[in-house]
Amino acid sequence: MPWTNVAVGRALKGRYSADKPASGRTLNYREALREALYQALKRDSRVFILGEGVDDSAGVFGSTVGLHKDFPGRVFDTPIAENGLTGFAVGAALAGMRPVLVHMRMDFLPLSFDQILNHAAKLCYMSGGMSNVPLVIRAVIGRGWGSAAQHSQSLQAMFMHMPGIKVVAPSSAYDAKGLLLSSIADGNPVIFIEHRWLYDMKGGVPEKEYFVPIGKGVIRRPGKDATVVAVSLMVNEAAKAAKELKDGGIDIEIIDPRSLVPFDEKIVVDSVKKTGRLVIADMGWRSGGAAEIILGRIHGKIRRYLKADVQIVALPDTPTPACPRLEKAFYKGSGDIVKAVRKAYGLRKK
Amino acid sequence: MPKQDRGRDLIRIYEMMLKIRLFEERVISLYPKEEMKTPVHLCVGQEAIAAGVCRNLTDKDYVFTNHRCHGHCLAKGMSMSSIMAELYGKRAGCCKGKSGSMHLSDPDKGILATSAIVAGNIPIAVGAALSLKLRRRGGIAAVFFGDGAADEGAFYESLNFASLKKLPVLFICENNFYATNSRQETRQPLDNIFKRGGIFGIKGFRCDGNDAVKVFDLSRGLVEKIRKGSGPYLMECRTYRWKGHVGPDCDFEKGCRPKYEHDAWVKRCPVRKLEGILLKKGALTGKGIENMRRRITREITKAEKFAKKSRFPASSELYDDVYWKE
Repeated sequence: MPWTNVAVGRALKGRYSADKPASGRTLNYREALREALYQALKRDSRVFILGEGVDDSAGVFGSTVGLHKDFPGRVFDTPIAENGLTGFAVGAALAGMRPVLVHMRMDFLPLSFDQILNHAAKLCYMSGGMSNVPLVIRAVIGRGWGSAAQHSQSLQAMFMHMPGIKVVAPSSAYDAKGLLLSSIADGNPVIFIEHRWLYDMKGGVPEKEYFVPIGKGVIRRPGKDATVVAVSLMVNEAAKAAKELKDGGIDIEIIDPRSLVPFDEKIVVDSVKKTGRLVIADMGWRSGGAAEIILGRIHGKIRRYLKADVQIVALPDTPTPACPRLEKAFYKGSGDIVKAVRKAYGLRKK
Repeated sequence: MPKQDRGRDLIRIYEMMLKIRLFEERVISLYPKEEMKTPVHLCVGQEAIAAGVCRNLTDKDYVFTNHRCHGHCLAKGMSMSSIMAELYGKRAGCCKGKSGSMHLSDPDKGILATSAIVAGNIPIAVGAALSLKLRRRGGIAAVFFGDGAADEGAFYESLNFASLKKLPVLFICENNFYATNSRQETRQPLDNIFKRGGIFGIKGFRCDGNDAVKVFDLSRGLVEKIRKGSGPYLMECRTYRWKGHVGPDCDFEKGCRPKYEHDAWVKRCPVRKLEGILLKKGALTGKGIENMRRRITREITKAEKFAKKSRFPASSELYDDVYWKE
């Protein structure tokens, strides 16, 4: 299976503003995650990592590999009992620890919805702010190669619906490290979303610890004609779309919100003020999805600047199919973003 | 433990049971005024378990309770005024009016948070015990749940993991034979909750949950073992709630349970049982009990007054504490 050979990162090289600082040292996304975990474990004795396979030789696609040897007893495998497991992590967090719980597939999180929704998200509020749950849940999303309906889901919208939870989705190696360190340091439950197609993406990653603020978006590519808000993997697809659109004379601005809750409304509103056109690209379903939630949040603030209807690029409301032909009809990519931007211009074809 | 200490423990347990009973009775008398706008799950009839187990615990030990939490919270030393104010939804309540009756908590007393989702508190207790073990801190986690929680998968996931990691946790099932109005035998093929840790290597014990002496002795032994690192353990205490699942009424009036069953359990009142033992031993006198009763009643009246005169939170506090701020 080509899980580890997807070189989508290459398409981006030099095409959008890289994270700064370009320290000269580059790491890929999975190495950046591992470095963040290593540094968090080293700095803070309250941090520990649990989840199915976190100490096996593959180490969650390389992101935890060998950590159990560096930190004996603090990186450990668990029973396959997602709800219980999440409860153990919630309890440990309540009692002063900083657990990082890892799920190899986001699809397994619904098994632990009771602990996430009824407990992690609410205990701070229910206790009148006397207790808190500093918990990070790493949720890995897959795509393609027949992953089908139960191994490919992007469920971020479900977590965006739950007050009390933060949701982040870094798209670059730099942010993967900086946001993971911020998430571990945060006093709240954070769903940390990683798309597996990002794991081989390279980027400048400083060696020292640094913290990317949760709730702050970034402009990946400045442009003047249309704003494309792209979530996680869709940032890459938007970067590819930018090239194609540029050849057709349309200059798009790509915004990577990086964190979905809290959401940086200002960066989007300011951009639309300038461009007058908005496309939101997410890798989840259309109905009640992240794109619709984002649009709902900001629509009142951007309406008067809009020169065209807002376009949403999101998955059709069907479960993920398995065979290649249906997958092609299902998943969204740069071509769909190009189409959406052109539609915002009232253009049908080139 | 020396004999005289045990005698003192039993008196304190009796006092706590009386306190819980009188507190719940006050809630029952105030409830019809509809000033206490919160669903109350009363523990009248089950007092011996909370009082007997918690007598073995300190502020450093964690207790995780459930929707029927008044007794556990009082027994773990929470302030009665802060509980009463919370039932009235006031800002001075233990959770600033955000918990109501079902989620009472006080981290200083080892009650970090309280869940009203059946069995939701069990994995959380196991996680707190994991934290104690990872930090090499003394202390144990004790978790109270009903027979209904033994229907849930989270219970078994928790037993498995607690045994796997040899965690300092005491599982206490208060088997009152009903989950809301569903009898245990309509939900479970075997009446053997205390044995259900066995397949995970956890020893379990059953005792009469209306006999405070038995609850105290059993839990004391298990807590001592857990402190020495040989936990976890499971105990099942058989008891009966005198009131309905929720609210101040006796649900047999609505046909939820047979009256003869209720009456038989009322005859086995845990408070009177321990009272009889202590009087017979000469550890307490009728006058001593009368004084105790008066003292507790004064405390409850004080708590009630405090709750009534406290202010509600400001509407703007709706948005406070959704997220933790450093």
